[in-house]
Amino acid sequence: MAAQTVTEKILSRHAGKTLKAGDLAIVDVDAAMLTDTTAPLAIKAFREMGGTKPWNPARTALVIDHAAPAPNERIARLHDLIREFARDTGSTLYDVGTGICHQLMVEDDRVRPGETFFGADSHTCTYGALGAFATGVGSTDLAAIMLTGKTWLKVPPTIRMEITGRLNPGVEAKDLALAMVGTLGIAGATYQAVEICGAAIRPLSLDERMTIANLGIEMGAKVVLLHPEGLELPYPYDADAIRPDAGAAYVRRVAIDGSALRPQISRPPIPDDTVAIDELLGTPIHYAFIGTCVNGRLRDLRAAARILAGRKLAPGVRLVIAPASRRVFLDATRDGTLATLTEAGATFLPSGCGPCVGTHNGVPGDGENVLSTANRNFKGRMGNPQANIYLASPTVVAAAAVAGRIVDPAELVGE
Amino acid sequence: MESAFRGRAHVYGNDIDTDRIIAGKYTKTLDLQSLADHVLEDLDPEFRSRLVKGDVLVAGDNFGCGSSREQAPVALKVAGVSAVVARYFARIFFRNAINIGLPVLEVPDLEAASGDEIEIDLEAGTVRNLTRGTAHRAAPMPPVMIEILGEGGLVAYLAKHGTYRLATG
Ligand code: SF4
Repeated sequence: MAAQTVTEKILSRHAGKTLKAGDLAIVDVDAAMLTDTTAPLAIKAFREMGGTKPWNPARTALVIDHAAPAPNERIARLHDLIREFARDTGSTLYDVGTGICHQLMVEDDRVRPGETFFGADSHTCTYGALGAFATGVGSTDLAAIMLTGKTWLKVPPTIRMEITGRLNPGVEAKDLALAMVGTLGIAGATYQAVEICGAAIRPLSLDERMTIANLGIEMGAKVVLLHPEGLELPYPYDADAIRPDAGAAYVRRVAIDGSALRPQISRPPIPDDTVAIDELLGTPIHYAFIGTCVNGRLRDLRAAARILAGRKLAPGVRLVIAPASRRVFLDATRDGTLATLTEAGATFLPSGCGPCVGTHNGVPGDGENVLSTANRNFKGRMGNPQANIYLASPTVVAAAAVAGRIVDPAELVGE
Repeated sequence: MESAFRGRAHVYGNDIDTDRIIAGKYTKTLDLQSLADHVLEDLDPEFRSRLVKGDVLVAGDNFGCGSSREQAPVALKVAGVSAVVARYFARIFFRNAINIGLPVLEVPDLEAASGDEIEIDLEAGTVRNLTRGTAHRAAPMPPVMIEILGEGGLVAYLAKHGTYRLATG
């Protein structure tokens, strides 16, 4: 048998035959997830297809996170429809305040290495951090998965991205992820898989790996698969199943020197317009946001607290924080992180997507500059097309909240 | 679905993301007409008033990048757009469009200005710019997508067949 990429390995196992890039295949789906943005349309389509119960209710998760708690009666009704569907079908419901879908799927072990996972949310690619073939689909595709337990796809060719060296102190997984998007471009991996490996990845925690895989869709990738070297999970797993064969065929090889990276910032209104922080020093910031499925985890909140400890927000700056899950919120409460951030002047939102997608909570004002830890800075993304959204790491966002402008966090750490 | 039809072009550029097709703040609804009311609002506030049912959207690279929200192709379809022609599409958008029965065609070399009359023949896989007298071939779609589009979308396809059928086995 020909040497296989990770994608070819996982998909072959789920199709019951040997597949190579370019093949059309029907594959078994291990697990699925829907959110309050995508579930209502999916439930409607599922019923119109004649569906009553998902193929595997125990592995179907519904998450109310995008507009949670409901900001108005229209959305409250949609939430009720989701709750009812979960109850009637025995699917798992993660209700308001439990957290962001992608954080929950990993936290709750709803996705494992080597599995196929389809989520009705584009950042489902996050689970490539633990070697799952995980990708986003629309509502009707997800309805079809609930009906059949299968989906069709074209096996994507793979780009191999090697991150050499070691990240410098102050350079975080987010900086690397932004640099990757800047290198490949917003459509650089369209219809393709990306495997990520190299010395700079090995020391990274699962949280940090999730940050990296999350931004795969900002390069158009179907999936992002991090090689298992250095991956620590709370349960045993078969690393060979998520490692490519020697001699696997790649469409392209890209290398990034991790030791040469500076903190990165992505300029509005497109995520691939990334530059080293040095080019934007002094840019005034009105609104700092820490959270999302990219950077709302405990390590991110702690990174912000390291900068904000004993300091106050600059006058005229507001700092909004939405922990990625209730568990993160609780952990940050117990270790004092929350108190540190609150003393500095941060405002906390319920665990969930918060202002990331502009549905409720925390819409920026006209002409304001937002510095955010999210993954998208498209025009209107946070609910106001007149605002400018810059993307950066939690450390860079926290430093700007203190200074009122973009500064090199090293200045604050050194003080 | 009609296999051949004509409409006026509305031409836009590269990397039109799903937030600009339909902003996230409008997506939480089952009232599909309300999606159409806000389609392309942040990209071109005049689009809704200029759009005539049957018009064709023409774009450059990577149309529909970003979110997996199916509300994006639904908004276009309900607003009356008959098809989207782009150099190429973001993957999830392309799939969503076919699934809800909105024809999307990848044509690398279509030259068009807003107002040009475009003729599309889905069966033949051709796009003509009647104003300029040019003809173009669209990139072929996997057979399963042609079947899904032929049924008018994935709901009708699965209601009829119960599961996927791949022509290639
Ligand atoms: S946090 Fe933002 S990017 Fe992540 S799932 Fe929620 S809306 Fe999407």
